[in-house]
Amino acid sequence: MTDTIIRFDKVVKRFGDVTVLNELDFSVQRGEKVSIIGPSGSGKSTVLRILMTLEGIEGGVVSINGEPLWHEGPDLKPASEAHLRKMRAQLGMVFQSFNLFPHMTVLRNITEAPVKVLGLSRAEAQSRANDLLELVGLTDQAAKYPHQLSGGQQQRVGIARALAMRPNILLFDEPTSALDPELVGEVLTVIAKLAEEHDLTMLLVTHEMRFAREISDRVLFFDQGRICEEGTPEELFTAPVQDRTREFLGSILKEA
Amino acid sequence: MLFGFEWDTSGPLVFAVSILPILLVGMWVTIQATVLGFFVALVLGLLWAVLKAAPSRLISWPATVFTEFLRDTPLLVQLFFLYYVLPEFGIILPAFMTGALALGLQYSAYTSEVYRAGLEAIGPDQREAARALNLPAVRTFTHVIIPQAVPRIVPAMGNYLVSIMKDVPVLSVVTVLEMLNVGRIIGDRTFNYLIPLSMVGGLYLIMTLVASAALRLLDTRLPKQGIPLK
Amino acid sequence: MHWTEYFSPLLQGAWVTVQLTVYSTILGAILAFAAGVGKLSSNLLLRGISVVYIEVFRGTSLLVQLFWLYFALPVAGQALGIDLRIPPVVAGVLALSLNIGAYGAEVVRGAIQSVHQEQHEAARALNFTPRQTLTAVTIPQAVPEMMPPFGNLAVQNLKDTALVSLISLGDMTFRAEQLRNFTQDSTTIYSMLLLMYFGMALVLTLMMRTLERRVGRWRGTGA
Repeated sequence: MTDTIIRFDKVVKRFGDVTVLNELDFSVQRGEKVSIIGPSGSGKSTVLRILMTLEGIEGGVVSINGEPLWHEGPDLKPASEAHLRKMRAQLGMVFQSFNLFPHMTVLRNITEAPVKVLGLSRAEAQSRANDLLELVGLTDQAAKYPHQLSGGQQQRVGIARALAMRPNILLFDEPTSALDPELVGEVLTVIAKLAEEHDLTMLLVTHEMRFAREISDRVLFFDQGRICEEGTPEELFTAPVQDRTREFLGSILKEA
Repeated sequence: MLFGFEWDTSGPLVFAVSILPILLVGMWVTIQATVLGFFVALVLGLLWAVLKAAPSRLISWPATVFTEFLRDTPLLVQLFFLYYVLPEFGIILPAFMTGALALGLQYSAYTSEVYRAGLEAIGPDQREAARALNLPAVRTFTHVIIPQAVPRIVPAMGNYLVSIMKDVPVLSVVTVLEMLNVGRIIGDRTFNYLIPLSMVGGLYLIMTLVASAALRLLDTRLPKQGIPLK
Repeated sequence: MHWTEYFSPLLQGAWVTVQLTVYSTILGAILAFAAGVGKLSSNLLLRGISVVYIEVFRGTSLLVQLFWLYFALPVAGQALGIDLRIPPVVAGVLALSLNIGAYGAEVVRGAIQSVHQEQHEAARALNFTPRQTLTAVTIPQAVPEMMPPFGNLAVQNLKDTALVSLISLGDMTFRAEQLRNFTQDSTTIYSMLLLMYFGMALVLTLMMRTLERRVGRWRGTGA
């Protein structure tokens, strides 16, 4: 199956006077694993936030599965909350600072949305949660509170929580940037496992170049609100075409 | 008739207009009581703050307990205590003074905390710097610590000033002719409580809003780092 | 009268004081939540009512509010042809609740706004409705923030109950006044009264601190 599941059509995003995305065009195919890299402020996270309906857009059209996200109807009126809710159900997001609900146990963090939003019974939700905890390797932490877990464990819970809603598209907004170096590995392992075993469409904003290289089908290099270069990992990392890309990769790899 | 003003009960609006000057006389008493009470609170609060900071437990402990006691007991009861008990020990004060004293005592417990927090916030670094420059202790206090403490203290003290104003009606129980008392007396005599008491409420709201606005203005005028010294 | 005989009437009054405090604090908390959340609502009418309520009851004196309810409201009722006379106990609890509710509303509002935007984003990503977010995510996290200021308000409420004695409600202060009128033994009576209030305030503070700890159990240390 190679249909387009995400499409950005001349999308414009402004924050006050600053234009962060200037007529951005790109698309993602169903089941693709796409990594987005680039310097800070280049608009990478904004793209994810727009998809997750956390930010609106000032121009252009964002489509998911062929249907507009921020607009509805044939005349493209601004989307109502009901439309956004319908569209949002296809997406899930893993946040940089995990954003777990601190007042709920791990299990409840994962089951709360399925129960409240999808209408599952507690038992069904718990069974689903237990499977996911096994997937991320945290079965015996179910009764703990977030503050009792390490950053890596919290992020893995975050991934389980997002998966519990059975999204078609999973967005990762710099999932390991807030972690101590020794905890990054455990999270990347889980993400890699997901990439391998599931046909989820995954969009990953990251600074972990080696990881991006490993799991992605395609890599997008963002700079100043536009896609400066894109290609397969081999193309982009070994033989970048643009100077800016070379510059960026050079500085990153120097730090590594 | 009250304070030399007659009221006219022929109609609600006429009534309201005719009692306004009477209520304003009451408001003036309210304002005086507020200012005097605030002054007492500022002075006593400083005293408690100094005592609580004393190195000797013998002094600081009773001071702490006493201020806690002042904080946790009702103003009304403290007022009754002063009004009825002081004369038994030979201290006879006019009701207004007793009232202002009671207000000042109650709020001195709060102001002492403001002093303490404000001074603590300025703290050790400034004192060390002053000592390194060989400034004498008193001058350190007056020229370094206090000018910096003032902008921190003013907002909190200002809030307490407004709170004191709202507590002044309690003084009516010891016959102080502040605004609520005056309104109630008019009600007693005309059997129409609605208009006088509503006006008292309205006037209070106006006073509070004006006072709060003035405080905000003062707050913006005061430079955050401290009173500039040339 | 020997001073030990003062205990009985004072304790009767103390029971009234306790009941007044409990009822008005609970009712006040409900009002505080309603107005605190209401002030943050996107519904203009709801927000307007909340703001007016908060400003009026924070900007005027409790005693003025109490007297208005007890003395002025019936007069308004006469003009409208309905009987709006309320018994002292209702006027007392109502005035105290409305007053503490207005102050509490600001505490509630502040606590709700202190919950990080990121929590709301996480909830939105999981497709919670705004109401679900409020009840399942925001308020449970706001509650521990509210407890310390609520503790202070509860003690303030206890002190404020003394004012109801001025509309002849038989609380501790009223009983003390009666005793004083009878025995003229001001010093002993008022000293006892002050100590009893002090004791009650300390107990109340202790209770609020315990509540504070229980409510914030999921917070752990620091973090």
